[in-house]
Amino acid sequence: MADTVTLKVTRYRPEVDTEPSFQEYQVPRQRDWVILDALNYIKDNLDGTLSYRWSCRMGICGSCGMTVDGEPKLTCATFLVDYPPEVVRVEPLANFPVVRDLVIEMSDFMEKLPRVKPWIVTESGQERPLAEKEYRQTPAQLDEYKQYSMCINCMLCYAACPVYGLDTHFIGPAAIALAQRYNLDSRDQGAKQRREVLSQHEGIWGCTFVGECTRVCPKHVDPAGAIQRYKLSSAIEELKSLLMPWRAR
Amino acid sequence: MSGRAPQYTEFHPRWYRRKMSTYWWVGKRQHLLFILRELTSVFVGWFVVYFLMLIGAAARPGGYWAFLEWSMHPALVLINAVSLIFVVYHAITWFNLAPRAMVVHVGGKKVPPSFIAASNYGLWVVVTAAIAYLLLR
Repeated sequence: MADTVTLKVTRYRPEVDTEPSFQEYQVPRQRDWVILDALNYIKDNLDGTLSYRWSCRMGICGSCGMTVDGEPKLTCATFLVDYPPEVVRVEPLANFPVVRDLVIEMSDFMEKLPRVKPWIVTESGQERPLAEKEYRQTPAQLDEYKQYSMCINCMLCYAACPVYGLDTHFIGPAAIALAQRYNLDSRDQGAKQRREVLSQHEGIWGCTFVGECTRVCPKHVDPAGAIQRYKLSSAIEELKSLLMPWRAR
Repeated sequence: MSGRAPQYTEFHPRWYRRKMSTYWWVGKRQHLLFILRELTSVFVGWFVVYFLMLIGAAARPGGYWAFLEWSMHPALVLINAVSLIFVVYHAITWFNLAPRAMVVHVGGKKVPPSFIAASNYGLWVVVTAAIAYLLLR
C-alpha cells in the first residue's frame, strides 16, 4: 500500500478568487482513515485555511457531505483506501452555491423543508389533551414510515439529482421523502395539506425518476421510491375527486 | 438577542454558482441509461403510430398484404428492430419501478416487492405468449 495519497481539494476564497480551483495535498494513506480524517489532517498539519463542515464523524449529523471522485458522499463514511492510491478528488456538493472551499449554501432546502410540514399535523390543529394519554402505534404502523424517518438532511440526494441541478424550483428528494414520512404515520392527519405542495409540478411531478437520490443516500431512505409511491397515490386521489367530486376531501 | 426576527442574506454576490453542462448526462453511466430510458418514449410513440397504420391498412381491401410488403423494406425492419429493443428496455424499467411505487398490503401484511415485480413480469410473459399463440397458430 502506498504511504501517501494526493488529495485534490477544491479551494474557493471569495475575497480573492473569481472561481474555484484545485489545491493538492499529500496525506498519509492510512487503512482506517476516512476522507474526513484526511481533511482534518490537512487542516491540523498542512493548511489551516481549508474550510469544510463536519461534526459527528459517525453518519448521523449529515454535515460532511462532499463530492468524492465525482460522487456525493458522507466523508465520514468514505474510506481513503477504497479509492485509487494516487489521487482522490474532493469537491463541494454539486447543485448548491459554494460559500468557501468545500462549504455549500443550503438555505434553499431550509426554505423548502417547512413547506411540506414535516411534523405531525392534526385536523383540529390542536395537540390532544394529556389526559387522553399518548398516541399509540403498533410496530407494523411504525414500519410504514420508519425508513423515511432515517433521513439526516445531508443533501447528498440534492447533489445527485439532475432535476434539482437543472431547476432549483424542484422541491427535492429529501423534502418529499420527509413529507411521506409523516403522510404514512398513523398519528398524522396532514396528508391533504401536504398534497397542495407535493402535487405541483415543482413537487412530485418534477421528478423524472433518475433514481440517483436513492443510490447515493447513506441512510437507505429511498427518496426515489417515496416519490414514485406518492405519484401513484396522488394520481389515485386526483382520479377519485374527478369521478366522485362529492367525496372530494 | 433582541426580539426582532433575524435578517437572512437572500443573495450573496460572492457565492460561486455552478452551472450544469448541457451534456451533463454523457459522463455517467447511470445518467446515460436514464436519458436512453427517456428516449424510449419516442419508440413507444412510433409503435403506436405503426399499429394505427396497420389497422388503417387492414380496413382497406388488400391493404393488409400491401402493408406487410411495405413493412419488409430493410429500412423499416431496421427501424422496428431498434424500436423493439428500446420498447423492451422501457418495459423492463417500468416493471422494475412497479414495486417501488406500489406498496400492497394483504391481510395486514406487506407484500414483498420482489413478488410485485415477479407478478408484473409473469403477467407480461402470459400476455405475450397469448398474443404469440393467436398470431402464430
